[in-house]
Amino acid sequence: MSQSLIGLGIPRIDGTEKVTGEAVYVHDLKIQGMLYAKLKTCPYAHAKIKNIDVSKAQALPGVKAVLTGQDVPFKLGLYMIDRPMLATGKVRYFGEPVAAVAALDEDIAQEAVNLIEVEYELLPAVLDVEEALKEGATLVHEDLGTYSWIKNVYFPKPGTNVANHFKVRKGDVEAGFARADVIVENRFFQPQVLHVPLETHVAIAKWSTGDKIKVWTSAQSPFAVRNLLSAAVGVPGSQIEVIVPYVGGGFGGKAGIHLEGLVACLSRAAKGRPVKLTATREEEIATLPCRQGLVAKVKTGAARDGRIVAEQIEFLWDAGAYADYGVNIGRAAGYSGVGPYEIDNVKIDSYTIYTNHIFGTAYRGFGHAEFFWAIERQRELLAKELGMDPLEFRMKNVLKPGSVTITGEQVSEHTGRVDKCLAVVAEKIGWPLVKSEEEKAREAKTGRYRGKGLAVLHKAPAMPTNTASSAIVKMNEDGSVHVLVGGVDFGQGTYTTLAQIAAENLHLPLEKVHIVFETNTDTGPYDWQTVASRFSVMGGMTVKRACEDLLAQMRRLAAAVLRAAEDELKFGEEVIYVHQYPEKRLSYSQLALGYTYENGNAVGGPLIGRGIYIAQNLSFLDAETGQGRPALDWTYGAHGVEIEVDTGTGDIEVLKIVSAFDVGKVLNEKLITGQVIGGVVQALGTAFSEVMIYNGEGQLLTKSLVDYKIPTVKDLPVEMEVHFVETPQLDGPYGARGVAEHPMISVTSVIANALANATGLEMLEVPLSPEKVYLAMQRSRVFKNYGESVDKVLNLGEHGVTRA
Amino acid sequence: MKKAVNFKVNGEDVSVAVEPGKTLLWLLREELNLTGTKEGCGAGECGACTVILNGKPVNSCLVLAVEAEGAEVFTIESEAKEGKLSDLQQAFIEYNALQCGFCTPGMIMSARALLNRNPQPSEEEIKEAIEGNLCRCTGYVPVVEAIRAAATKEARK
Repeated sequence: MSQSLIGLGIPRIDGTEKVTGEAVYVHDLKIQGMLYAKLKTCPYAHAKIKNIDVSKAQALPGVKAVLTGQDVPFKLGLYMIDRPMLATGKVRYFGEPVAAVAALDEDIAQEAVNLIEVEYELLPAVLDVEEALKEGATLVHEDLGTYSWIKNVYFPKPGTNVANHFKVRKGDVEAGFARADVIVENRFFQPQVLHVPLETHVAIAKWSTGDKIKVWTSAQSPFAVRNLLSAAVGVPGSQIEVIVPYVGGGFGGKAGIHLEGLVACLSRAAKGRPVKLTATREEEIATLPCRQGLVAKVKTGAARDGRIVAEQIEFLWDAGAYADYGVNIGRAAGYSGVGPYEIDNVKIDSYTIYTNHIFGTAYRGFGHAEFFWAIERQRELLAKELGMDPLEFRMKNVLKPGSVTITGEQVSEHTGRVDKCLAVVAEKIGWPLVKSEEEKAREAKTGRYRGKGLAVLHKAPAMPTNTASSAIVKMNEDGSVHVLVGGVDFGQGTYTTLAQIAAENLHLPLEKVHIVFETNTDTGPYDWQTVASRFSVMGGMTVKRACEDLLAQMRRLAAAVLRAAEDELKFGEEVIYVHQYPEKRLSYSQLALGYTYENGNAVGGPLIGRGIYIAQNLSFLDAETGQGRPALDWTYGAHGVEIEVDTGTGDIEVLKIVSAFDVGKVLNEKLITGQVIGGVVQALGTAFSEVMIYNGEGQLLTKSLVDYKIPTVKDLPVEMEVHFVETPQLDGPYGARGVAEHPMISVTSVIANALANATGLEMLEVPLSPEKVYLAMQRSRVFKNYGESVDKVLNLGEHGVTRA
Repeated sequence: MKKAVNFKVNGEDVSVAVEPGKTLLWLLREELNLTGTKEGCGAGECGACTVILNGKPVNSCLVLAVEAEGAEVFTIESEAKEGKLSDLQQAFIEYNALQCGFCTPGMIMSARALLNRNPQPSEEEIKEAIEGNLCRCTGYVPVVEAIRAAATKEARK
């Protein structure tokens, strides 16, 4: 029997609990005897802690524990172990916690925090990546050389602010430039931005006698929390139980470890009472990590025929005070650095740099949304210099079957097709833009100019070569199943997709498949992390394999009971039967807990299927050249956009945005479309309004959702369109690839490309806010004659509207 | 000193003593255990804590608990009736108007308040009603579709 659940737009299985408010998040949890914690954070970007006086806080009735850095001599880190649980000796960013209090209620805890007196001595702050690289720059981490890090994968430079230097070398870049007819060189900037999950970070921990630790946390990756907490406090992972109920959004910001360790230490200090710490919105913004900023310097050479012959890139990542995921983002951006293009001669240096900004972490796209701002703008500027149509220029240079990537990977028929994605969006957006004389006259009159833009993208999961997942499928007495996985569904909808895969494989109706939503490291199977758009792919494979294992067990048992050869058996709707004699059959419920004969004898036993998965064929990258195989699967995509810009205000209206991705196979049409729409709108925030602003001393000014603007329902494009290309990934479930992060990538660049198309204005920095666009127009050479006749200038020659 | 507050929540009379500085959101979540209403910012910036107070959608983090004296409050827990989802809730699921779900209760309450006062809203009116409700997951497009579909369905009844 063949079902066809795969690809259907099945509504999410967690819908009912979420629309009724019944879904329980850590925010909603109370544990018997629980205390409440508050943080004392630092108001300076870089300062020596001369003294902390907690005596008044400790004396306050109701206070059960007060901790400062010296009480918790533990460091956290994923790749570089560099972040103290509480600032020790000095503070390295505005918002860094210096002390923490646990008390009977939040009001007492806050009052105690207010009573803590900290004496600081200000230090010069490092607030710019290029300054940070200079000889004699103030060091954010003087003791970098004494830290632990993963050797041979990350390359910090003790005595400097460089947390990691990742290199790619392919071909001979100098020889390539020597052959180039046209060379274009630009510097691009992308500021730090915020994740803004609606649920702030929150954790509850209980440190019990015998060093047993139980943690309830709003985290993406329970096993990563367990492992990192174990490494930090020196308690074996097997004594740490991490529980993740519903999570109110993550976007990468809840990967890794955040508040859990500190809360566990507060519990220990409070004699084992459970402690809850809920980040305020301001702490979510200023104390918890953001997305790294980026300065990208790109030099590209092309032959007259439009073929790119050489590219040299320097990525300067503003990691902020601690490396966290930042060093791996620098690495991932390095090995993907030129985008989905085939270029023979490439030199990339990707530096992750410490500054006294708020520290960066993973954020949907893992560096790609940032560097594609530079790369897809650079492609546009190069096409312009060559006098080529940007679509034709891209088509000439993008990866195709037979191409070799910058790390030496051969692209095959099964890798996916960026050219097809680009062709789809170009067609749907109506490329190129051709304007009638009437329309040109209208634009000149109104000052509102239309423009169209294109951009492509790619990304592969950034993960260790041995990344693993597992799943358990338990059959219940009624023939239904419970599926346990170690990854988390924090809204992306993966559990619904996994339920579809299980139902499809087990020939069960969807209602009989239950995915266990609360993830628990004690009772659930291992999964590395819920990041990198990998969970549908790897989780999907483990569930598929667990179902196959379960079916094999059923087949063995049924073969004995029905006295038939295993290969004569078929599965039907919740039954297993002999192919030739369908009346000889057993229902799932007859086998689920073992089969019982009429005389009472029993065989078999409770059915439990097991599925495992480990990444295949990934290799370490060469330290000097970056050559090797970093990517499990590449998901390619493209956006096309049409905008209208008001030259009188700098305001850009998105009339239409079309996005296409080669996802291999659509597993759930409704949910995947939701992922894309949500990701594109999130990216539009980055394009138009989102920016973290510091004052000259490194103190953050954008500390609320009033000062830091994310899109509201009023900021939507007039029209959004989503398309999928399906070039199967042979080792993905049903051919599928991940696409969770990709909608956010290259959206900033596609808007700026359209802005250039509309007005000739070439932006090199985001966000493209009305004021920035307006001021850039004033400064631009295109607008030199502004005031005389803006409209006349706009329609002139090379910087005017597109050549049709 | 605590002050007594008497009001109606989801049709039930409630009488509690509360510190005058506490918000309605705190009272609902911490004292009455109505945790369906979420706190996203505590400053009236995100709309996650939206409830209906005397017929109007409000950020319950900006309303003092004592201000609810004599009032009628509806929270997300009142939307489903007798174990059955409302048309609005069903539409949210059908149109995939939620992902992580944290903004969803507030979003639904803003939509409910809109449909109560204007059963046939235009797209612009829908957008205006939920403009104060931030969502980081869905991109709002399906939310608007869901509210429009629910309005059409409710109007047919």
